[in-house]
This record gives sequence, structure tokens and C-alpha cells, in this order.
Amino acid sequence: MTQLALVIDLNVCVGCHACVTSCKEWNTSGWAGPLTDQRAYDEDPTGTFFNRVQTYEAGVFPHTETYHFPKSCLHCEDPPCVPVCPTGASYKREDNGVVLVDYDKCIGCKYCSWACPYGAREIDEKQRVMKKCTLCIDRITDMTLPESQRKPACVLACPTSARLFGDVHDPNSVVSIAIREEGGYALQPEWGTKPANHYLPRRKTRIQIHEDELVRADNPLKKEQLPSLPEGGETLDDVAW
Amino acid sequence: MHPAFSVIFLTTLIGAGQGLFLALYTGQLYSLANLLPVQSDKFYAVGSLAAIALLIGGLVASVFHLGRPERAWRAATQWRTSWLSREVIVLPAAMALTFLYGLFHYLGWTDPLFVISETLPVDLTLIIGALATVATFLLFLCTAMIYASLRFIKAWHSPLTVANFLFLGVASGFMLAAAFSAYLGNNLVSFYGTWAVVATLLGAITRGFSLYRNTRFRCKVDLKSAIGVHHSDLHQKAQGFMGGSFNTREFFHGKSEGFLLMLRYGFLLMVFVLPVILIVLAYILESTRLPMAAFVIQYFGLLIERYHFFTEAKHPQNLYYQSMA
Repeated sequence: MTQLALVIDLNVCVGCHACVTSCKEWNTSGWAGPLTDQRAYDEDPTGTFFNRVQTYEAGVFPHTETYHFPKSCLHCEDPPCVPVCPTGASYKREDNGVVLVDYDKCIGCKYCSWACPYGAREIDEKQRVMKKCTLCIDRITDMTLPESQRKPACVLACPTSARLFGDVHDPNSVVSIAIREEGGYALQPEWGTKPANHYLPRRKTRIQIHEDELVRADNPLKKEQLPSLPEGGETLDDVAW
Repeated sequence: MHPAFSVIFLTTLIGAGQGLFLALYTGQLYSLANLLPVQSDKFYAVGSLAAIALLIGGLVASVFHLGRPERAWRAATQWRTSWLSREVIVLPAAMALTFLYGLFHYLGWTDPLFVISETLPVDLTLIIGALATVATFLLFLCTAMIYASLRFIKAWHSPLTVANFLFLGVASGFMLAAAFSAYLGNNLVSFYGTWAVVATLLGAITRGFSLYRNTRFRCKVDLKSAIGVHHSDLHQKAQGFMGGSFNTREFFHGKSEGFLLMLRYGFLLMVFVLPVILIVLAYILESTRLPMAAFVIQYFGLLIERYHFFTEAKHPQNLYYQSMA
């Protein structure tokens, strides 16, 4: 079974919010839209978003590390928001594992948002139904697009390629390899929701070079001592062809 | 969690309605066993009407919780997995059965259909009442399980939630029955009052335990697990927005500890202490006004109790919305 998901590399994310704006742009005008805003240019603006970038800091200045943390629906393999839905509007697609909301069935009771420990769902004040990240379902399943374009808008927008997209159940996919080889992890694994989206941790690659690896302490064969040049300088005979 | 007033009114109103029906049916069973004087059919009919009115009031309140109430009928489809869906089915069933119970009493269809062991005459109201009792208990279960089944909200994820909804609903219903009897001036006041006090005391025990439990547990997850960065000194700098979102509105109550403490003492006094004192005084003074006061005070206390119930719930998503630089 296919389980499409994002893998977000916290080592690479620079917190530019390009994924946020491209997500809003694509989805407000597409199948999932409109993602309405309230008081957009006034005091206390708010609105519907599928994706946000938060920022965290570890340590005490000056020894700090800044983490930009993109946050969206994790498309859990065992999504707690789906069974609680009284109308069946909330569902997980059988063919690709994307968790979606049927806006024609949703009654806006918000119970799914109570049941999601990640806060991935929100109510659209205008349409009065629950909305969430769709993994750009209208892009990724659109066979009229070239394959390179069949990716979520956030993935295509990311300038640092911090967002990878693929099937986490295929062991040879780019996301599975990244999770396996770069230490990919899930959020709040204690609940057993098995989020499909994974995050890659901060990582630094350092090599340890010891002094005696640069300068030979002992050199029994004196290999580095070049033979003295013949008088009168080098000739063609001294050169190895 | 942000207290949802529609849900506060829904749960308290239907709780009182369900309790009132149970009180009426208990009274009928007692009179059948010759433990209480037989009441007129009008008593049961008017009582059922009051119970129906409370259930309808709850249903109306619940509509304000929905974004799309015109589609609410769809909510009956997922009863296999969703406690909310089960409640949507059981609530109208309980209403219909309570209505029939009152209607049959009103029409006087109380001639025994058959007699069990030559001592127990079974009439239509007894059968419908038994079915309505089952529906009423199921409704208590469904309503409470909506909260108790959310395993991420530890304050609610406990059998105590079910016990609280049951005992507090039954207590307010029997209080109302006592008040109703006092208003009519019949001799069931002390019967209903006694059971109201018993249910109130049982509720005091379970609610006391849940209050105790909810003030001293730690959430299973913390910020380290929430973002997967296992650093001992981790703090949030930005939430991704400055103006708030659904995440900051729906899951935070925004009330001070002092205010919540005031609410806690307020509802403990109004739900458990005052009504019991008033019922005891009513028994001693043979007052007809005090049981009514006991019900009204307890109902307003229950509104505060349900408000507090929401503020007790700490949702793990709040880990992502702790501060803004």
C-alpha cells in the first residue's frame, strides 16, 4: 500500500515561509479553497492555513541553535481524527494514504480537531467546515501534469529542498532512504498514531584529524627525502615518461 | 480547552432531562411495589413533558456548536466508530421513548397487558419506560464517552468522566423531580429528595476524585517530543503568525488560576453542598420552596462545573503555541 508523505529536513530549513505562502496560494484557488482570511489588513488578522513555519531556540545565548519547524498535517497511518468523525467526512484515502475532509459532508463540529494531538486541523470561518493539509491532492493525482510537477506546492516552492515528497512504504523512495540514512523521526511517537510525515534532525559532519596524521612522526624508509638533483639541473632523462 | 457554551448547555440540560425521566420511572416502579402511593397519570405526563423540554433545549443548544447544522442528519452514519455519532442516534431515541412514556400516561393506556406471577401487572407505560431507561443510560454513556474516549486529553480520558456525567445528571433530575413534587404538593418530595442527595453525594465522590486526579498529572508528551529536538533548554520564538489562529482560540481557556480556583469552590458549593443542605432543611421544615431552590442552585452550579471541566483539559497541541517573541 502506498503512503504518500513529506520528509522535512530541519538541517536545511531556513525558515523563509515560502512553503506557507505557496501552500496558501495553491490551495486557496484550487480544490480545497477558498482558504479565507478575516481582518487580513486590520488589527488581529487571522485566517485558514494548512502549513505554518514555527521557530524554536535551544540553549542560552550565545550558545544557541535555531530550529525552523514547518508544521502541517502529518497524515498519520493510524489517524485519530478519522474514526471520531460522526459524518464520515474525515477519511483516509485507500490508494495513497492521504487524510482528507469531504467538505460536502463536514458539519463543522470540530470534534476531529479535539482528537488530533498535533493541532493540524482548523475550521474555515467562511465555509464553516474543517480543513487541513491535503498534500495538494489535486496536484499529485493530476496526470495531465508532467511528473516533475506532480508534487505538493510547498515541496516545489522550497528554495533549499528541505522538503522531500514520496511514498514512505517504498523502501527505495527518496523519502524512505532519507528517513533510513539521515535519522528521520516522527513527532509525538508516544501516542502510536504513526505519523507518515517525518522530520530529519540537525546534523553536523566533522572529521577528527590528529596532528600525527599530518606530520609523520617516524619515516623508516625516508620515502619523502627526494634524491638530490644532478648537477646542471634536470634533464629529460631524469623525468619519468 | 476553550469552554464551548453550546456543549455546556447541551450536557447539563439533557442530563437533567434524563435524570427527571429516571426519577419519574423510579417513582412508578416504587408505587408498583406498593412502596409509594400511586400517582395520577397526569403527574407522569407533565413530568415527561418537562423532561422532553429539557432534552429539546439541549438539542437546540447543540446546534449552535455546529458550523453546518443543516447537515446534522449525516452525523448518524458513523455509529460504528464515533461516540458523537452514537449520541446523535441515542438522543432522539431517548426523546421519542420519553415522549411515548408521557403520551401513554396522558392517554391513560395503563390497563395491564398481562400479569407476571400474579403480582406484577405489566402495562404499556412500564414497557416503554423500561426501553426509555435503557436509552437514557446509553445516552449518559455516549455523551460522556465523547470526552472520555479522547486519549490525548488525559483529564477527560478516564471512567470518572462517565461516572460524573451519570451521577450529576441523575442528581439534577431527581432534584427537579423533588422540586416538581413540592410544587404540586404531593408526598414524593422526601423520596425524590433522598435519592437526589444520594446521587449528589456519589457525584461528589467521583467528581472529587477527578478534580484530584486532574490537578496532579503530567502530560505524556513535552515540547522535546512535539518537535523532536531533545535539548534540555528549548523554547519557542515564533508560532508562524502574530494574530492568532484556530489553534490559539479553540484550545486555550485564557483564564487565570485565581479565577479557576473561584469557579472550583463555586461549583463545589453550588452542586454538592448547598443543594444537600437545602433538601435536608426542606425535610425538617416541610418547605415546598426549598427543593425548587435546591434544583436551581444545583443547575447553575452544574453550568460552572461543566465550564471548569473544559478548562481542566490540557490539549497536547498547546505545546506548539506557548510563546511568541
